[in-house]
Amino acid sequence: MSEPGKHTGPAGPTRAPVIQPGHTFGSVTDRISSVVLSERMPRLWWLGLGVGFLLVTVLLVAVTHLFMKGTGIWGVNVPVGWGFAIICFVWWVGIGHAGTLISAILLLLNQDWRTSINRFAEAMTLFAVACAGLYPILHLGRPWLAYWLFPYPNTMGMWPQFRSPLIWDVFAVSTYASVSAMFWYVGLIPDLATLRDRSPSRAGRVIYGMLAMGWRGSARHWHRYETAYLLLAALAAPLVVSVHTVVSFDFAVSVVPGWHATIFPPYFVAGAIFSGFAMVLTLAIPLRVMFGLEDFVTMRHLDNMARVMLATGLVVAYGYMTETFMAWYSANPFETYMIMNRFGGPYSVAYWSLIFCNVLMPQLLWFRRVRANVPLLFVISIVVNIGMWLERYVIVVTSLHRDFLPSSWGMYSGTIWDWATFAGTIGLFLSLLFLFIRFLPMISIFEMRTLVPEAEVREESP
Amino acid sequence: MPQVFHRSANTFSKVSIFGALFALAAVVYGLALINRSSYVTWAGVAREQPVPFSHRHHAGELGIDCRYCHTTVERVASAGVPPTATCMNCHSQIWRMSPTLEPVRASYRDGTSIPWVRVHDLPDFVYFNHSIHVHKGIGCQSCHGRIDEMNLVWQESSLQMEWCLDCHRNPERHVRPRKEIFNMAWKADDQAVLGPALMREYEIERRVDCNVCHR
Repeated sequence: MSEPGKHTGPAGPTRAPVIQPGHTFGSVTDRISSVVLSERMPRLWWLGLGVGFLLVTVLLVAVTHLFMKGTGIWGVNVPVGWGFAIICFVWWVGIGHAGTLISAILLLLNQDWRTSINRFAEAMTLFAVACAGLYPILHLGRPWLAYWLFPYPNTMGMWPQFRSPLIWDVFAVSTYASVSAMFWYVGLIPDLATLRDRSPSRAGRVIYGMLAMGWRGSARHWHRYETAYLLLAALAAPLVVSVHTVVSFDFAVSVVPGWHATIFPPYFVAGAIFSGFAMVLTLAIPLRVMFGLEDFVTMRHLDNMARVMLATGLVVAYGYMTETFMAWYSANPFETYMIMNRFGGPYSVAYWSLIFCNVLMPQLLWFRRVRANVPLLFVISIVVNIGMWLERYVIVVTSLHRDFLPSSWGMYSGTIWDWATFAGTIGLFLSLLFLFIRFLPMISIFEMRTLVPEAEVREESP
Repeated sequence: MPQVFHRSANTFSKVSIFGALFALAAVVYGLALINRSSYVTWAGVAREQPVPFSHRHHAGELGIDCRYCHTTVERVASAGVPPTATCMNCHSQIWRMSPTLEPVRASYRDGTSIPWVRVHDLPDFVYFNHSIHVHKGIGCQSCHGRIDEMNLVWQESSLQMEWCLDCHRNPERHVRPRKEIFNMAWKADDQAVLGPALMREYEIERRVDCNVCHR
């Protein structure tokens, strides 16, 4: 694992390095911290934040209208009682999964290429979970009573219904959010200390100093830090599979055709990682150009992420095949009808679009030339994001809109308020992300320093 | 480079991290206390009434049965508030000139009701029926306390859902023989034996489904 020059030289004859040769401790620190410490941000940053902020305003309008009128402004009604709220909730939670996978599992597996992308993937996780968390609360109808979701000593003498997967969701998502936040913050501490030491303003030194919690970089600090970070990684690793497993239980524990399937947990987890990596690519590709970070986020990273997308995309495709197979193999008329309705029913356009986006399009990633083509990768990553949203749309809507009894059949479509809320959460996500880039180092400085040749400890020859 | 923080910042940060946990716990505990206090529930607060009617005098000292005034308690949901005519059954003969009772006589003369202040008021989304409780062996005192010792009546219990459920989950702790329902001073010799026996005899179930009360 530790042959000399591994970090700088290519692992294989054709693979790009994880960091461009020629960097030193100083140049890495300068390059990354300059994004935060510089006074001027590139015009694209202002554009990104501007668009995000505009959409946040849309979110505020949509939510205010929702609080005034109630969930009737959305398209949900009998028989489709779950609409955009759960679709977007699952979509956002899924996107968050790449962050935890990159930060925890790849760390434990000693994958050094994670170093350049883990920081903003973790940030992306937090912001995606924040967006996801909004939906169940908005869907409550009486969102000011959201604290009823938690088991607290209330005057009703009641606990939440522990047999419901929806309450499992509360625990899964809140654990996920808190562990991710802690992991992210702990990972930031040495870099916050760097910013404290380099900040030109007193306010910057005080704020970064408080956040750095007195980090001095002594050997004892590093020793404890490394242990804590590994422990946190081990704690976070099971969350990669547990969270989306529990989210899939929202569906799988019911008896609705198309939901009641044992394939759901692994299929959802693979889909989550698939969409998460797609989102990391969608963000990383413009950001590395915007801030000139091609030296740190190299073609090696894009190539690896494309491979992960291909692998998880194949698992998701297997999930679709299993659903279709089980519909036939179960010999259950409702299951068969459900899948035939997906193929040729009123929502078949959504179904075939998702097959195109999630199954056909990622097959291009088998080709090295596609993985090396940055604009094409960007397009594929966006197509996969759309495909994963469509997947949740198809799962939620096609199963509900044709109930067991034809008398209770109906059609569903999102209203302008559904779309406004969805666009608004994208805006919230973008705003948080661009603010994060402005105020915190988007690449882990101290971990990047371990990748430069100076970090290699060699024995002095006598 | 000069230090950004004074040395005391070390202590301050450590204390604030641990202190935040305790502060959070204290806030949760404080909110739980406030939610159960009489400030929220009105339990234990004697209410002013248009006429200072004393239950202690009428039900306690004179020994008038609850049902003399609250006539429907055994038959329907509401125990019933007596009409002025019920007061006048006696007060047309005794204390006829008492200035305190003038509002009662006035009410009788013009046929307008006395605006009694309601002490026990359940939320509208709760269905409650007095008669089933009386028939299944729950005494007045179990919920209303020692009415025979109150001058102006106050609400004895919190009337919060956890209080309802406390009995609905464990009726054997509160059930009593039917003949003792209106006996305010009744005490079981051994409730642990009597309770389960009465539950069997009166066929009492632990009714905790939502729709028992929220219909």
